[in-house]
Amino acid sequence: MTTPTVVEGPDAELVTRLRNGDETAFATVLDGWSAGMLRLARTIVSTDASAAEVVQEAWVSVVRAIDGFEGRSSLRTWVYRILVNAAKRRAVQEQRAVPWSSLELGDEPTVDPDAFQAAGEPWPGHWRTFPEQWPEEALLASEVRDVVAAAVRRLPPQQRAVLTLRDIEGCTGPETCALLDLSESNQRVLLHRARARLRKELDEHVHGRSGHHEGGGS
Amino acid sequence: MMQGAELTECAAVVELVTAYIEGELSAIRAAEVEAHLALCPGCTAYFEQVHQTIAGVRSLEADDLPAPLRDDLMEAFRREVPPR
Repeated sequence: MTTPTVVEGPDAELVTRLRNGDETAFATVLDGWSAGMLRLARTIVSTDASAAEVVQEAWVSVVRAIDGFEGRSSLRTWVYRILVNAAKRRAVQEQRAVPWSSLELGDEPTVDPDAFQAAGEPWPGHWRTFPEQWPEEALLASEVRDVVAAAVRRLPPQQRAVLTLRDIEGCTGPETCALLDLSESNQRVLLHRARARLRKELDEHVHGRSGHHEGGGS
Repeated sequence: MMQGAELTECAAVVELVTAYIEGELSAIRAAEVEAHLALCPGCTAYFEQVHQTIAGVRSLEADDLPAPLRDDLMEAFRREVPPR
């Protein structure tokens, strides 16, 4: 048996407990992170069932490799990294591999250019009509959560993965780049586009101009 | 007073919303965005909606691990990492 690598920093105690076979510690990380891991895996593989299998595979790898964790990243980032690698391998098997590092993103606008006045109008580049504020009660409606969830599912996979890590899992930009093999600028562009697209869908919902109806499409 | 391209067009300001929220703009650029927002109800509403969108995304609940899978993993942990 190899000697465990000494870990310092905020995860030190947790790692020691896991290495010592502390079931409570394992249950805490398993319950705390698995939901997010399932959601992240689902952005990379094609079905809920494969996502669950990939999460299971990742946890088994984590359990087996915990003595080798070196503390160069947070424990959570290390676990997520194992998950992403497992999910990417599965995606290749499923022929659903999405290009990540070779992604070329232009700088096309995220807001419809027609929303702004054109050259020759009194105020080029300014709003034609201001976006209407969303009434507070519109956002409290329980169906809004379903609208957001459906809109997230419709995002292109790269945008969905970045949004999931940044806005749901609370990962930092650098953590997200490391997990997904993205450049900082691509990570930023993907997050920006994902949020802009969700804002547009929510706006269409709140103001009753929905382009997506229930049960529509994949 | 301003350095670089002047930031007056709404079409340009809305493309900075993510960098602004994430604190990735230079102090000068961020001040320009704030100066624009102070005078522009349209961009103010847009930025507010992006904040509300992020809050909506954060409120999404994830599915928990299916119970049988959780049991299997606890069992794998007991097997692989016996108490020391």
